[in-house]
Amino acid sequence: MTGRPVYLVDGARTPFLKARGKPGPFTPVDLAVQCGRPLLARHPLPETAIDLMILGCVNVIADEMNPARVAALRLGLPTQTVAFTMQINCGSGMQSIDTAYRYIRDGSHDMILAGGTEALSHSPLVLRDEAVEWYAGLAQAKGAVDMAKHMKDLRPGFLKPVIGLERGLTDPITELNMGQTAEVLAHRFGISREDADAYAVESHHRLARAQTEGWLAGEVEPAFDSDGGVHDSDDGVRPDSDMDALAKLKPVFEKPYGKVTAGNASQITDGASWTLLASEAAVEEHGLTPLARIADSDWAALDPSIMGLGPVLSATPIAKRNGLGGADIDLWEINEAFAAQVLSCLAAWDDESFCRDVLGLDAAFGQIDRDRLNVDGGAISLGHPVGTSGNRIVLHLANAMKRQGARRGIATECIGGGQGGAMLLEAA
Amino acid sequence: MTGPVLTHLGKTKLELGPTEDIAPAQNWRAATDGDRIAWLTLDVAGSSTNTVSEAVIRELVDHVERLERERPKAVVIRSAKLSGFAAGADISGFADMAESGAADLLRQGHGILDRIARLECPTIAVVHGAALGAGFELALACDRRILIDGGSFGFPEVQLGLHPGLGGTFRLPALIDPLEAMTLMLTGKTAHTRKARKLGIADTVTEERHVAAAVRAFASGDAPDRDTGVKARALALKPARQIAARKMRGETAKSAAPDHYPAPYALIDLWEEHGGNPEAMQTAEIESFAKLLETDTARNLVRVFFLRQSLREAAQGESGITRVHVIGAGEMGADIAAWTAIKGKTVTLGDVDTAQLGAALRRAHKTCKGAHLTSAETRDAIDRLMPDPSGYGIARADLVIEAGPEDPGVKEKIYSDLADRMKEGAILSTNTSSLRLAALAKVAPDAGRFAGLHFFNPVPKMQLVEVVSHPDTAQDVSDRLAAFCGEIGRLPASVADAPGFLVNRALTPYLMEAMTLMDEGVSKEDIDRAALRFGMPMGPVTLADQVGLDICLHVADSLAADLDAPMAEVPGWLRQKVDSGNTGKKAGKGFYDWSDGAPDIGDGDADPELIDRLILPMLDACVECLRAGVARDDDQIDGAMIFATGFAPFRGGPMHYSKTRGPGEIGDRLASLAARQGKRFEPDRGWSDLE
Repeated sequence: MTGRPVYLVDGARTPFLKARGKPGPFTPVDLAVQCGRPLLARHPLPETAIDLMILGCVNVIADEMNPARVAALRLGLPTQTVAFTMQINCGSGMQSIDTAYRYIRDGSHDMILAGGTEALSHSPLVLRDEAVEWYAGLAQAKGAVDMAKHMKDLRPGFLKPVIGLERGLTDPITELNMGQTAEVLAHRFGISREDADAYAVESHHRLARAQTEGWLAGEVEPAFDSDGGVHDSDDGVRPDSDMDALAKLKPVFEKPYGKVTAGNASQITDGASWTLLASEAAVEEHGLTPLARIADSDWAALDPSIMGLGPVLSATPIAKRNGLGGADIDLWEINEAFAAQVLSCLAAWDDESFCRDVLGLDAAFGQIDRDRLNVDGGAISLGHPVGTSGNRIVLHLANAMKRQGARRGIATECIGGGQGGAMLLEAA
Repeated sequence: MTGPVLTHLGKTKLELGPTEDIAPAQNWRAATDGDRIAWLTLDVAGSSTNTVSEAVIRELVDHVERLERERPKAVVIRSAKLSGFAAGADISGFADMAESGAADLLRQGHGILDRIARLECPTIAVVHGAALGAGFELALACDRRILIDGGSFGFPEVQLGLHPGLGGTFRLPALIDPLEAMTLMLTGKTAHTRKARKLGIADTVTEERHVAAAVRAFASGDAPDRDTGVKARALALKPARQIAARKMRGETAKSAAPDHYPAPYALIDLWEEHGGNPEAMQTAEIESFAKLLETDTARNLVRVFFLRQSLREAAQGESGITRVHVIGAGEMGADIAAWTAIKGKTVTLGDVDTAQLGAALRRAHKTCKGAHLTSAETRDAIDRLMPDPSGYGIARADLVIEAGPEDPGVKEKIYSDLADRMKEGAILSTNTSSLRLAALAKVAPDAGRFAGLHFFNPVPKMQLVEVVSHPDTAQDVSDRLAAFCGEIGRLPASVADAPGFLVNRALTPYLMEAMTLMDEGVSKEDIDRAALRFGMPMGPVTLADQVGLDICLHVADSLAADLDAPMAEVPGWLRQKVDSGNTGKKAGKGFYDWSDGAPDIGDGDADPELIDRLILPMLDACVECLRAGVARDDDQIDGAMIFATGFAPFRGGPMHYSKTRGPGEIGDRLASLAARQGKRFEPDRGWSDLE
């Protein structure tokens, strides 16, 4: 890659808060403000130091159009700071980093705040199309008689809303729910229910350990709601998760024979994350200590029904381009949309014919040891606020690399609709 | 935050019609435009705020005479000041007015407003900002009122011991629901834009950018219809007014005794008697206003107005403080942080206990609600208030306010932790109420940049802040802190580093005497009633519960240890009460049970002897503070005590009361109390200087 070096200086996120059947305490912008404030507070930068703000967000709520701009102003950034919102579904939070990375690398910007935010608990209830038409007709009714006439067309079904989130998690082209795409992969790559459950148990245990050890300090900043509630850690974690408990769960997407359960899938969650990116000049000017250097990034697309292989398709070209084999990557963050989906990616990389035919490699990419992958848990234990996860895995990779003294790491995610994104970090 | 583009474009300019480029003759600009709409623009010379002085009224006579001759299509009255329409009568003229027979002057004013009201063409007041008192009355003399969004109307006269005197008492009840009109006048509350529109004071609400179009429409008779309601017609009958008046007296008595505050009662009498008859009411209003002007209450409340102004003057200048870090999320720290954020500063609130920070946020939301913030204003205030368990804010703060526990060891630890983290030139202040600054200064990172910033509980209500300097405090530091107080809407009183500073030094003997009285078997209700009878806003026992018995005990102990003057003994049972956790309102129980809200102390009269036993120790402490140079002068003491403790405002402050009652007489009273009750009543030697 040519261009200027780009550093990931620091980042912070909110705790990931499990959606509990009603709107959570924070909107997407509230979340972005909650973790943006401490991040900005711990870097006493001059007011105009940040050139641009980019925020990934999939489910924007009506009161917060262009949440990036609303967040920038609420965070007290000067009115002249440009801010825009990006959306590539589950990759949004990484796309914001990638865009910032390219802008800085190419020399047009020096310091960019790149984040992701999502409040899935705030997903709207959507009216059925027939109901919307009925309401529109009612609004146009002239006089009481006309209105009464219109009233008789009201059907009970009109009042039954559709949950927007369910629609959002369904691929419109193939009409497959995301969980169903994981079922497809599990079948194609021979992932058993037990493999998936075992992976999920480990995810919970790893996150629980990271929390106890204090490895998330600074990365996770507490969020405070208006009722005085303090949210200081990811609340979807189940430290006592075990195979027996998971085995009891019924499949949710393809009943009754499927393998994907609520226990081995990512959780529906609210959360936001920010990363601060800077050029070498900015690092020097403001006396900053970078966490990591962003070395490369890539995106790829494939059939929507097997979207879960996105990491394989987007990360492999980076490895090829940089002359790296599987053993050269010290740490991996692969977003845990579904345990079966992560395990399918690992199986694909270990499959010689797949690697040769699809990835254009001479041989299998090789095994990725579990002790180098998602070392502190992932979306199964943390949750998956879709617009945020891509940002979180890059930030956490940087923090984990620093903690372990690792030289290289890749963060990568699958993206609903059939895409994948990946980013290569190197020790700063 | 205003960006460079909007800064360049500047504030919205006021639409002044044809008077735009006219220099004011003295206080008014006058011109008529091509559509024969005559504009009278009030632009009081040498001030950024319009007040309605004698000169303003006198000049108006000439203008109205001309308008009577010229018969324009319409008349517009508005203000050329960005600050608002008019703040009311010129209060500095009240004393002269009382001397020289107010009634004549009032009749003159009424005469000219009546002539405006009688003009045949439409008369239109355009009101931006506040139209208060006489300003409101000027607007009421017009047929119509165009209100600019954000503007307001109010009659604050009652706060000065008066009622409206330029026709407000009969014009407002004639314009809107008479009961609403009376409520506005009796409470002195301001009707903000939405309320003013709802009540019908404003005929329309618009933006400054549409003033020209709105004026043209109103001048052509294109104004919304008005209706006088059923209620107004019913209240034209005296029996109906009598029933309403009885209710008003009952409501008023809850907060103001007739002998302390005669004005609201005079207003109710006026309306009950003459409510149906504007002419009679006008005559009676003039007489009643002139009479009230000569009462001690009015004189003393006018004095309080100027005491506030003089405290505010000390808050001038710019603090240069935009970022504040508050340490300690207890009740005081939380409230200081919330209030400071509401007033526009960027605030971090540090505490290692995140649950405490959460509770602070909940209080902050309540405070925003109490301050009538809109949802957007609340969002912005809460966004500016960052709970900061890691202390990130310390490095950026221009001012650190330490509100930690009252323990020198804990404070020393906090200060040593700050030493390497605060930025160059930042100020460290402490909210201590019981520790000596000189001692704390020794462990502060920089003694010269260390001072006291002592807030009172509850912070959103109590306007005073003591700015405490110790001998090493740099002058610019105390000046900046005073300016900071002004920026957050508080009144600074610069005081010296003496035990209890000024306010607690004066208040503690009063509180402790209440404890001693309880020890003697006097009921807490009797004690509290005595203080209320004197005019205090709440009794000492209720106050102790409200402040927190633990804090009272702490202040009493440290005063007893540091002061030469003898203090009432701290009763052992108070200590036990605190130890058992019954620390007052915050615990739900102190002397009173607060679980069902504020305690009921009943009513009834009080023994003057009891009043003296409570109040005189407070006066004595004030005299001592003046003699010892803790406070600057009498006025500062009076202002501080009124705005920090609510000391009976109609008495003009403790020093003013002492001088009015007679220092000799008080000295004798104290001496005789000392003979019976003990040395704590021995009069300070400063009393002789007052005579």
